[in-house]
Amino acid sequence: MFSHKIFETNALVLIVGIVVSVAIGGLVEIIPLFTIENTIEKVEGVRPYSPLELAGRSIYVREGCYNCHSQMIRPFRDEVERYGHYSLAAESQYDHPFQWASKRTGPDLARVGGKYSNDWHVKHMVNPRSVVSQSIMPTYAHMQRPLAGINYIAGEMKTLRLVGTPYTDEQIANAVADLEAQAKGGDAAKAVEARYPKAKIGDFDGKPEVISEMDALIAYLQMLGTLVDFKSVKPELVNR
Amino acid sequence: MANVEKDLISGQNTTGHEWDGIKELDTPLPKWWVYIFWACIVWSIGYYVVYPSIPFLGSYTKGMFQYSSRNELTKDLAAQAAQRGAWLKDFQGKEAADIAKDEKLLRYAMAGGKAAFNENCAPCHGVGGAGSLGFANLTDDEWIWGGKLEQIQQTITHGIRSDDADGRMQEMTKFGVDGVLKAAEIDQVADFIVGLSTGKADAAAPGAQLFADNCVACHGEGGVGNQDMGAPALNNAIFTQVKGDKASIVAQVTNPKHGVMPAWGARLPAETIKMLAIYVHSLGGGQK
Repeated sequence: MFSHKIFETNALVLIVGIVVSVAIGGLVEIIPLFTIENTIEKVEGVRPYSPLELAGRSIYVREGCYNCHSQMIRPFRDEVERYGHYSLAAESQYDHPFQWASKRTGPDLARVGGKYSNDWHVKHMVNPRSVVSQSIMPTYAHMQRPLAGINYIAGEMKTLRLVGTPYTDEQIANAVADLEAQAKGGDAAKAVEARYPKAKIGDFDGKPEVISEMDALIAYLQMLGTLVDFKSVKPELVNR
Repeated sequence: MANVEKDLISGQNTTGHEWDGIKELDTPLPKWWVYIFWACIVWSIGYYVVYPSIPFLGSYTKGMFQYSSRNELTKDLAAQAAQRGAWLKDFQGKEAADIAKDEKLLRYAMAGGKAAFNENCAPCHGVGGAGSLGFANLTDDEWIWGGKLEQIQQTITHGIRSDDADGRMQEMTKFGVDGVLKAAEIDQVADFIVGLSTGKADAAAPGAQLFADNCVACHGEGGVGNQDMGAPALNNAIFTQVKGDKASIVAQVTNPKHGVMPAWGARLPAETIKMLAIYVHSLGGGQK
């Protein structure tokens, strides 16, 4: 019979034994991650976040929206009926970290982009009960304050580039200008649209004189789930 | 093993280890536990064979039945389409007005329309369609862009001031911001509009002439409104974007707020939009 005695009486054998067994466990978990690229569907349209959307996404994370809202439409009939096409891995490939979340106290937000008007989002965030009487969402009126740290946005984009988000030098060089242009509209916003196709442009919170946290968050929400044109997606590309 | 020492009390084998006279028992694992353990291992092998499991560099083992949750969904949706097909072919082929004439189809449309309304429309227009400040009430017979079935269908499909090129786009002149009217004139015209909306219009007031010169082109003679331009009637107390008091009307004339409604044509199937149109038309104010 196999005996533990050899491990229990020889420290070196014990160490080698531990290293071998931890290594097996580790490799089984780590090696598949090297093939993660092939889990991302090859669909058109997904791009890194524009600077304003990125700022909005940071607010989304800061406020803990993921505690109550998922961004993951599962491939079930009832979910597809309610929320639209199921979420693809490709759609969160530039999320660090992803916002799939695991609990729905509120509805899923993976395709909330374009579903409501900017005005609705502002009213709903300031006082959710004013538009949805049965809502239990807290108020986020404080997000009407100006967006802080605009000048750090290029640094954030550089950091994301380090972990694999393909921001170009041009995008990083124009980060602050793009952020302001997207929230203010006008001619400067054309460059934003060219660099970030399908970005929603304009004053989101009804107060053109100031770029607020609300502007950033709504720019982010209005883009969610709108990047992939599912009419052009072949089912066999995403079926797996 | 040779020379295994038995514990005198329990009769179990001991490991031979001894600390201060205490000897460690070498009690075997319970048999039921060991059997379940092995059964789980055997079961997992079956699982590897039947379901997708082992990842490779470019793909993964697909399993005996090629199971895929996305393929399952495709089948589910096909089954659903087949189930609903009998109904939906009428919704695809017929105009909303003809559907509304057929009692059976109408009942189907009302049920489907209500479900779609509660999910998609109620956040702005309220459950039941009563609306709120900034979002039109759909239960009255006051329509900004038209209350006929096909007009409602058009509005839902293409939206109002939406991204859709066929959406309803007209906006009101910014009389104050663009300097068309002076502050004093806006004050006068607001007085006149408050009068108009409460049935006490004063034709002799200075605002009356200003109204005729600036507002009638869209809002119509006597403020009856013009649905082609989305100019709401001003001869009643129903207001959507602002409240009906004078300060709000001054603000609206100076720098108007405009309602925005998303286009639903790309988001919802055409059949669902027809159901929604029929449902909204039925809420109380549908026009012939």
